[in-house]
Amino acid sequence: MMIIFMNSSDSEEEACNERTSLISADSPPAASYQDGLQAPEAAETQTYRKRRTGGSCSPSDADGGNSDSGIPVREIAVDDKEEELTLKYGAKHVIMLFVPVTLCMVVVVATIKSVRFYTEKNGQLIYTPFSEDTPSVGQRLLNSVLNTIIMISVIIVMTVFLVVLYKYRCYKFIHGWLILSSLMLLFLFTYIYLGEVLKTYNVAMDYLTLFFVIWNFGAVGMICIHWKGPLHLQQAYLIMISALMALVFIKYLPEWSAWVILGAISIYDLIAVLCPRGPLRMLVETAQERNEPIFPALIYSSAMVWTVGMAKQDAASRSLTQQTWDSAEDVREIHDNSAYVESEISEARSPAPTHPTTSLLEDLEEEERGVKLGLGDFIFYSVLVGKAAATASGDWNTTLACFVAILIGLCLTLLLLAVFKKALPALPISITFGLVFYFSTDNLVRPFMDTLASHQFYI
Amino acid sequence: MTLAVFFGCSFIAFGPALGLCLFSVVREPLRVIILVAGAFFWLVSLLLSSLVWFIAVKASDPGDEPLQKGLLIFGVLFSVLLQEAFRFLYYKLLRKAIEGLVALSEDGCSPISIQQMAYVAGLGFGLMSGAFSMINLLADALGPGTVGIHGDSQLYFLTSAFMTMVMIFLHTFWGILFFHGCETQRWWEMVAVIFTHLIVSGLTFWNPLYLGSLIPSYLLMFATAAWAYVLSGGCTQNLLRSLQGQQSETSPQPGS
Repeated sequence: MMIIFMNSSDSEEEACNERTSLISADSPPAASYQDGLQAPEAAETQTYRKRRTGGSCSPSDADGGNSDSGIPVREIAVDDKEEELTLKYGAKHVIMLFVPVTLCMVVVVATIKSVRFYTEKNGQLIYTPFSEDTPSVGQRLLNSVLNTIIMISVIIVMTVFLVVLYKYRCYKFIHGWLILSSLMLLFLFTYIYLGEVLKTYNVAMDYLTLFFVIWNFGAVGMICIHWKGPLHLQQAYLIMISALMALVFIKYLPEWSAWVILGAISIYDLIAVLCPRGPLRMLVETAQERNEPIFPALIYSSAMVWTVGMAKQDAASRSLTQQTWDSAEDVREIHDNSAYVESEISEARSPAPTHPTTSLLEDLEEEERGVKLGLGDFIFYSVLVGKAAATASGDWNTTLACFVAILIGLCLTLLLLAVFKKALPALPISITFGLVFYFSTDNLVRPFMDTLASHQFYI
Repeated sequence: MTLAVFFGCSFIAFGPALGLCLFSVVREPLRVIILVAGAFFWLVSLLLSSLVWFIAVKASDPGDEPLQKGLLIFGVLFSVLLQEAFRFLYYKLLRKAIEGLVALSEDGCSPISIQQMAYVAGLGFGLMSGAFSMINLLADALGPGTVGIHGDSQLYFLTSAFMTMVMIFLHTFWGILFFHGCETQRWWEMVAVIFTHLIVSGLTFWNPLYLGSLIPSYLLMFATAAWAYVLSGGCTQNLLRSLQGQQSETSPQPGS
């Protein structure tokens, strides 16, 4: 969904420093928010910190729940020493995001290219009821736009519902919801995926082995995601889940609707994050006011963290998570919403992404800072690249072009975040680049390269 | 048309470049970003040149073979010029980036020098160019078929792989030369890069007469390599020492 690089809601009051933002997930204690002091050096460090944190600000804080008021002061001192590291740090965090995004896309593209199930047309989600089988172009366009409107409305409704739930503190409900979603994703979708892969490679597997494998995979996944587990295992599970979700989207979204939905989601992301009354922004602000993590959801984390409980207050008092929350919170939520809605309403196969990752409330004192990215971003990036792989006339150039475009969009988003120091949506730039490159590579570059290859000319 | 062809051609085409990447780029996050951004710039230049070619083709008569070939040649030359223009733009961007990096660093010097950036940028251009030329071929090589069954050359895949390799290397060296020319205001170096690029692309018009296209390209590649090596501060003594496995302490490290 939308990855929001949210800044602490008090962005107007203080210059947002990754550290400070991270610290004061919630209302910044007056003392701690000495952004004014920090402003001079923070200004530069922020640029790069922001870059690597990608949205480190508020949402994550709210989430991380480590609203540490006391940290800012300490942070300021540390800032000076660490300034020389920020640049390498900044680039390092961009790479920490590049790697999982690339892995997710590779998994999706590999599956799309080999398992034919995910490119077969086999019905649609109930969120996209209009069929695209009409002969006329105008009708098809109209249907896809209507599908998009329905899908986006569903997402908006779910987001608002989630914000309402959160405002009225129905935490148990939210948790149960998220656990149910992750259960479905880890067991049902994995079962389907494994079945299709085995079918493709004509490998026989008895039910006993299948049960054993799926049970272990799912159980360990639930533990890793919702509780504690080795970092790399957790990351791997999150990538797998995002890939599974993306594959479901690729399979069940009709072609033109998928592209229009991708575009609409980016616009919605932009609006929801930047408008003062946007649901995401409100959600984050509420979380910040309460000085607690929004709620565990799907966030990919690249740093070593040890898990603390959900709204654990001691954690909050510890040193701030150095993780930069790239709108993890917001993304999560929104993602949860949309994902959840689908899972609930549609048939069994509807996607049910987002599980809360309670375990992600971390705090790192001395450990290296990490970067966090909401899984919604993973999913939509992979949907774009997967769709490009599935529908671009068997052309690998288009897939490659979309891949590079998305990576550069991610890089630019992190850079903009560092420059503007306020909540920025992460989807728009990457998705825009991806869409532009998809259509132009498929229609313009492909004939050119094909003609060149047939004559064996090189440019 | 088997796995052997697939792996053989992919390693011929991308092996050296991936080796360069592995040993010099992937460890440093900043270089990876510059690599990907270089690939992006090349991609944008390709996009614009394809647009121009596409418009030209659509505006012309599709049945006229010589005209189409002429348009294709025009497309190739225009694309070469555009690639070099984008290399220049990328140079400008990296220059600005270095200033930013210097401002942000504590000791007033950038963590990466313009020469390293030149190398990585050239490699990024080369990798993207090679990937776009070769990936579809490799995908086809995995499937069934016979090369040259209709009378074309049977060496198509192999020569494509070799041509891709030489293009990747050339882009890397051109990057170094071009940036050096921009840095030291020696315009003739930039002109030489543009000129050699045009020559190499022009040589491919002689395909499938591979002797005419591959061998001169390789010779040009060695010449450009030597020039780039010298410009980066290398000398024959360094080369001999490195071949003998000794460390040279007095001379500067080539490449930065």
